[in-house]
Order: sequence, then C-alpha cells, then structure tokens
Amino acid sequence: MQLLNLQDTIKFMSIRRFTLAFSLLLIIGSLASFATKGINWGLDFTGGSLIEVSFAESADLQKIRSVMDEEGFRDATVQNFGSSKDVLIRMAPLENAGKTTADSKMVGDRIMKSLTAMDDTATMRRIEFVGPSVGSELREQGGLAMLTALICILIYVAMRFEWRFAVGSVSALAHDVIITVGLFSVLGIEFDLTVLAAVLAVIGYSLNDTIVVSDRIRENFLKMRQGDSEEIIDTSLTQTLNRTMVTSITTALVLVALLLVGGELIKGFATALLFGVVIGTYSSIYVASSIALGLGISKEDLMPTVVEKEGADQDPMMP
Amino acid sequence: MVVMVLAIGALYSAPNLYGEDPAIQVSGLRGAEINSLVLDSVVAKLDKAQIGFKKSELTTDRILIRLNNSDDQLKAKEAIGDSLGDSYVVALNLAPATPAWLDAIGATPLKLGLDLRGGVHFLMEVDMGEALNKSFTQMEQDFKADLRGEKIRYRTIKRDLAKEAVRIELRSEEDIEIAQDFLEKRYQGYTVFEDNNTNEFDLLVKMTADKIKEIRNYAVEQNITIIRNRVNELGVAEPLVQRQGQDRIVVQLPGVQDTARAKEILGATATLDFRLVDKNGDLSAALNGRVPPRSKLYKDSKVGPVLLEKKVALTGDHIIDATSSFDEYGMPQVNISLDSKGGSKMSAFTKDNVGNQMAVVFIEYKKTDKQDANGKFKLKKIEEVISVATIQGRLGRDFRITGSGSQAEAHNLALLLRAGALIAPIQIVEERTVGPSLGQENIDAGMNAVLLGFGLVLIFMLVYYKKFGLVANVALAANLVMIIGVMSMIPGATLTLPGIAGIVLTVGMAVDANVLIFERIREELKDNRSPQQAIHHGYESAFSTIADANITTFIAAVILFAVGTGPIKGFAITLAIGIATSMFTAIVGTRAIVNATWGGKRIDNLSI
Repeated sequence: MQLLNLQDTIKFMSIRRFTLAFSLLLIIGSLASFATKGINWGLDFTGGSLIEVSFAESADLQKIRSVMDEEGFRDATVQNFGSSKDVLIRMAPLENAGKTTADSKMVGDRIMKSLTAMDDTATMRRIEFVGPSVGSELREQGGLAMLTALICILIYVAMRFEWRFAVGSVSALAHDVIITVGLFSVLGIEFDLTVLAAVLAVIGYSLNDTIVVSDRIRENFLKMRQGDSEEIIDTSLTQTLNRTMVTSITTALVLVALLLVGGELIKGFATALLFGVVIGTYSSIYVASSIALGLGISKEDLMPTVVEKEGADQDPMMP
Repeated sequence: MVVMVLAIGALYSAPNLYGEDPAIQVSGLRGAEINSLVLDSVVAKLDKAQIGFKKSELTTDRILIRLNNSDDQLKAKEAIGDSLGDSYVVALNLAPATPAWLDAIGATPLKLGLDLRGGVHFLMEVDMGEALNKSFTQMEQDFKADLRGEKIRYRTIKRDLAKEAVRIELRSEEDIEIAQDFLEKRYQGYTVFEDNNTNEFDLLVKMTADKIKEIRNYAVEQNITIIRNRVNELGVAEPLVQRQGQDRIVVQLPGVQDTARAKEILGATATLDFRLVDKNGDLSAALNGRVPPRSKLYKDSKVGPVLLEKKVALTGDHIIDATSSFDEYGMPQVNISLDSKGGSKMSAFTKDNVGNQMAVVFIEYKKTDKQDANGKFKLKKIEEVISVATIQGRLGRDFRITGSGSQAEAHNLALLLRAGALIAPIQIVEERTVGPSLGQENIDAGMNAVLLGFGLVLIFMLVYYKKFGLVANVALAANLVMIIGVMSMIPGATLTLPGIAGIVLTVGMAVDANVLIFERIREELKDNRSPQQAIHHGYESAFSTIADANITTFIAAVILFAVGTGPIKGFAITLAIGIATSMFTAIVGTRAIVNATWGGKRIDNLSI
C-alpha cells in the first residue's frame, strides 16, 4: 500500500512565491494578534492563584462567584473545566491590594474552606500559587530556552550541512513557533508551561522533517548530473513526500489520542503539537527549502571541497 | 547484543508490573531510636487491633509494615499512632512490591511525579537581604567588642548602606593603621581599607564576594536542614527537600493533602534558651506539685524530669553555629559558637556557675486549631529540654557540650541548636497542590493515551508496510519497554504528566526511523534492485539521515532539560531517552529481525 504513487516529480518550487506570501501573511497575522490581542498567559507566567474544585453534581457557577465576591475576589474568573462538575477558579496575584504575600499564600486554603461550607461535596483537585516574581522568571527562562535551542540547532546544521540550509531550517523553525503561538493568541487558548514544552517539541519535530528533506537535497545535488537547483529540490521533495506524510500521520495519530483521552491538563499541549506538526510539515517543504533556494544554493556549495595540490598552479620546471 | 540490551531493559522495567503495597512507616523523631523493641510493640498493637499484615521490615531508621489493603492501612495508622506517642512519626506510604531478586540488582519501579500521585509542591525563597542584614549587625557587634578589647579607640562603628560596608570612625591616622592591621589578621573574608573620600579617619570593612557567597550558602543550607527536620515531623513517606538555584528551596510532599497544616509546620518558628538547673529545688516535691516559684518543672524531658530556673541565661539567637564532632576520647560532642555579645554574656554567666548544670530548652511555636477573637490561630508553645550538661569552666564564644549520647543524637542536637539561630526567614513563592483523585485520573488518562496512540500506530504500520510493519511494531514495543526500563534505572528521574506526553510523542516519532528505512527500500526496489540489495542499501543510506534528524532533536531535548523547570524538564527527559532508545530499536533492532527473517535467502518479492 502506498499513500501516493508518484511517477512524476511534483513542481513544488513553482508555487514558492505564492507560499512565501502565504507564510508571510500568517506571520504578520500572528504578530498583529500578539500586538492587539496579546497572549493568554497561564498562571505559570503571570503569577496568581488557581483552584480546581469538583462537586458531586453540576456546579452552580453563580453561587461560587458570589462566594468569591464575599471573599473579596471580585476579579476572579470562575469557569467549568472539562465537565460541568469541575470548576476552575483563577485569581490575579494580590500584590497591589496592600496585602503581603503571606495572605496570598493562604488564599487557596481559605477559599477551599468557604466552598466546602457552601457545598460539602466540594473536593479539592488542585491548588496552585505562583508568586509574581517566579512568573516573570519562568517567562524569561522559557524565552531563553527557545533562543538557546534555535542557536544551537543553527550551529549544528551549519556545521553538518551548509549555512544556507541552516538559515533555511532555522527560519522554518521560527516560522513554526511564531505561527503556533499566533494560533494560541488568536483563539485565546491559555499558554502555560506545558504548552511551552509543546512549542519546543514542535521545534524538534519540524527540525526532524527539515533535516530529512535537506539531507535528500544534498544527496541529490551530488548524485544528479543534470537539472538546475530548482529541479533537484523538486525531485528530492517528491522522493521524501511519502515518508513525510507517513511520519506526520503516525505522529498526528498519537496526538489525537492524547487530545481525546489525555485529560484536560494535556489538551493545550496536544493542540499546540498537533497544529505544530501540520505547520512543521508545510514549513519543511516550503520555508526551509525555498529559503535555501532563494539564497542561491547550488551544486558547487555542496561539493566536497577539493584539496588543491601544492604547486599545481605552477608550470612544471622541466619542459 | 540486541537481545541482551532488550533483556536488561525489560528486567529493569519489570518492577513496574508489581504495583505497590499500602504500608505504614514508623520513624523516630529527635534521636528516638528505631529497634526491634519498637517493632515488637508495633506488631503487638496490630495483633491486638486484629489487623493482619503481609510483612514487617526493620531498617536502621524506619519500620515498614506492608498491609493487605488501604482500609487496614488507615486503621493500622490509628492503632499505632495512638500508642507510640510523640517521639515517633507514623506515616502512610505506598511501598513498591518489587520481588527481592529484582530489588537486589537495583531494579526499582518508576518514581511518579506529584501531578500523578498527588501531594504538595512548595518553592520557598530565602530572604537574602535579611541574611546580609544580620551579618552586618554581627560585624558591627564583633568589631566593637574586639576593638575595645584591643584598646583601640573609635568614635562610631556602623553600617554604611551606600558603600555596602561597615564604617569604623577612628580618631587618628595611627589608629587607622593599627586597626586595619588588627582587623585584617583577626577576620578572614573581609577587605579592610581606608576611606579616602572623607577628611576623617575612617576605615571601611567590606565582605569579599566569597564571604557573601558563603553567607548565602549558609542561609540556604540552614533553612534546608530545618525544613528537613520539620518535614520529618509531618510524617510524609518520601519527602524531597532540595536546593534550587541560588536562594530557593523546593519542598515536595507526596500524599499530603492538608496544605494548611503543612505550611504551619514548615513555617513554625523555633528558639532556644539556655537555663540553669535548679540545684536547690526539691525535685521529688516538685513532682508532687510543689514547684518552687522561681523554677519550672519539665516532666518528660529526654533526661528524665528536671527542675529548671525560669531565668534565661542566654537565648538561642546568639548562636552562630553548632556542629557535631568527636572529642579527644572519641565521644560525640556538639561545638557551639556564639556571637560576641552572646560570648560575653555566657562568660559572665558561667563564671559564677562552674560545676552547676545547664540545660538547653528547645521552644517551638506551633499553630493550633483554636482561633482567637480576631480569627487568628492561637499559637501553642511547645517546650522541650533537649540537653542537660555540667558547666566545666568559664565559657566563652566557643564551647562544647559533651555527653549528649550517641553520635546521631549529637548531630540532632547540633541541628536543633542551629534552628534557634535561623539567620534568614523564608517565604513561599510557588505552591502546587494536586488532590489524590486528580493524580489517579492523570495516570489513567496518560495510560489510555499511551495505549490508544500506540494501538493506532501499530495498526497503521501493519496496514501500510505489512510484514515490515510488523517488524517496526515489534521494535516500537521494545522501545516502549526500553524507555520505561531506562527511566526506572536513572535515579532521580520521575515520571510526570508531561513526561507521559513525551512518551506518547516518542511513540509517534520513533517509527520515523523505520519509515525512512522502509521508504528507501521501496525506492530501491523501484529502481529494480534485488530485494537483498534493496534492504542493504535502504538501511545504509537512511542511516545518516536518521542520525542527523535525531541528533538535532536530541540537542533540543537536552537544552529543554538544562534550561527548563518543572513540567518542561519532565517532558525533556522522556523525549531524550525516547530518542536514544528509538535509534537503537529502530535501526539495530529491526535490522536484526529483518536479517533473521529474510537474510541469506533468495527472495523474489518483499512484503513491504
């Protein structure tokens, strides 16, 4: 069985101007969304408190909100989490209300008490408190992790292949990251540490794809006698297309499994990765390769450097 | 070789199959010893309460009783806890039911993260500003005392906030030289220099970078020791107290649900008093209720009932350091260092009391369930006599307490003495509590996701690559076993929910290596090579691609592990292990199967 039985080379690169415009559009859209809508940062990055409570029967959100009001948390968000019996309550950090951190530490316990008083079937599922300073630190650390990863990859690919490929693949990675985070911004899905891990995994996945494609391009540059750069890249992409599709399918399959049965906490993670796999597959074909092509990759760049024989350029001494 | 590696992987992942026994763990507090006598009384209690148990184990520091079910576990905890009293901690535990032969080769089951087993995670920050403040106050006091002792006259000695130093105002140029000379010799870890920006005769004393680092380290280490001590009191089976970064401490208490109580105990304040034993008081009269007004009776101290004077000779905040070591006869002793003020107080006090007995009283303020009118929890003052010793001579800043019993007890005493001089307060900057039901749900959800994802991939590969798909599936299953085996082997590796996600992702991506190889083989077949050649070329040419792709992903995983915290680390570790094991199973493993099945034969068509 075969997904695609391709006899002819697909002319991937012929539409590269169109796809480049499409990618740019997505990136600009994502950046615009960052600027206007921002990112719905999770508790990990903003600091604050969070309580997940489950009740025996469908929870009365109004009643919980009034309890929260009484406790003095007017800006607390109360919403269902996963099912109608589970409720997630979020509170901003208490830094400006003239209260010390000691107060905010006890918030979780205090609210849990009031909720049990309201309905004794209320059971605590999780309480989280992140201090504001820790939040901003985690954000810095996350950004740093992403940058370090990208730079190290850039260096490795440049060493192993050629700088044009390195620039191409790292651009593809940046492209994937920006658009995946952009999706979270547009849809307003919460962005927490787990999602950050997923975005970093997208880097890993997309890179995997890009390397496989670049590897084949390099091989074909050395092997194929005729054809210009564009044709060789098209051939390589066509040859690897089946593999690209199969791997994307298997990965997507497990991610769908995670999304369906992995539970509420892992949903953001699975969403980010699933989207990332799609965008990563696309970018390894259209972003990485077309940037390498645009930068003028050619046969000569990939030829093993011929060691010049010493004195070869000199005339022989003896006639 | 393949078979051997797989066998080792399977062997080390085997303990995960055996599950856990509900158990009760008994350990001693403040030097209370665990021995066969305690075990006997525990067993007797269980027999009396008619609770059957599987097995009892006695180690140097704890007793572990394995029970048949969790109902018995709760009952047993009540029965034992009531009878043993305050010097022992009885905790619920889940003991891995690993068979002895697996245990002997060091095979242990996977450790589950808090998000999977439920519990509390605290991140505490040590207040370094306060630690430095205290050091400066200390410096001021010490310099004053020492300069006076050396008869070097000074105007003032006080902290210079802007210069981050202590400023000593002297009276003449000669004094500056003398003082500088003296201070440099007397104190290590400080730089002493003249302040040339003033017309006065001023010396500045600054701490060196090393000294500041030492103070920081000390503040963190001290807090860690104290927290460990208190965590033991909580009766948590496998607590984790660990330093994180420069000034943070991670505390993880699996299984603890009552965070309020945990916080109270962790945040309890402790002090120490040195007091004289009332040698004139009549102990037996006091025991009968006639306590002299100047004294207080302590009935249940470690050394039996004692009568102590109410007057406090010295409070514990003068203690700078306390360590345990051995004296010249090889007996354990506790060395105590006081600050200069404490030193002179101690010296004045002991001068008149040589030959008398001095006691150390450990005082802790714990929150109780009772609230006062303002809704604040009332504090309960708990006093305990932890040591009584005879004053051998006039004591100064450094002295020692001998005859405090075993080495473990001396060590404990040193710990408690240090607790009296907590130099930097701590505060909680992050807290995560996961309820037990959520933990179990996370495990179930994770397992389901792994199984479903695994099943889907198996079916897909089988349909798509037929017999070769079957080979890849065997490799994938082996990979899963290897991941769990390696995770179980690495000490300190814990499985978390993001970690399970990492495993699921690895399952999806691990087949990639096989997909690459198989697609290559198909291409080679299309180019009309013979099946044997196709297999050979397929593996050969796909190898460098697989290596490159995996190494880069591995780099990403390693960076994630190094830079990330919490969930990111958990994810990174499974991803990294998954990549390493999948390289092995997908390339070496499948090749071995393929060679065994198709190798050395003439074949006309491949089922691929």
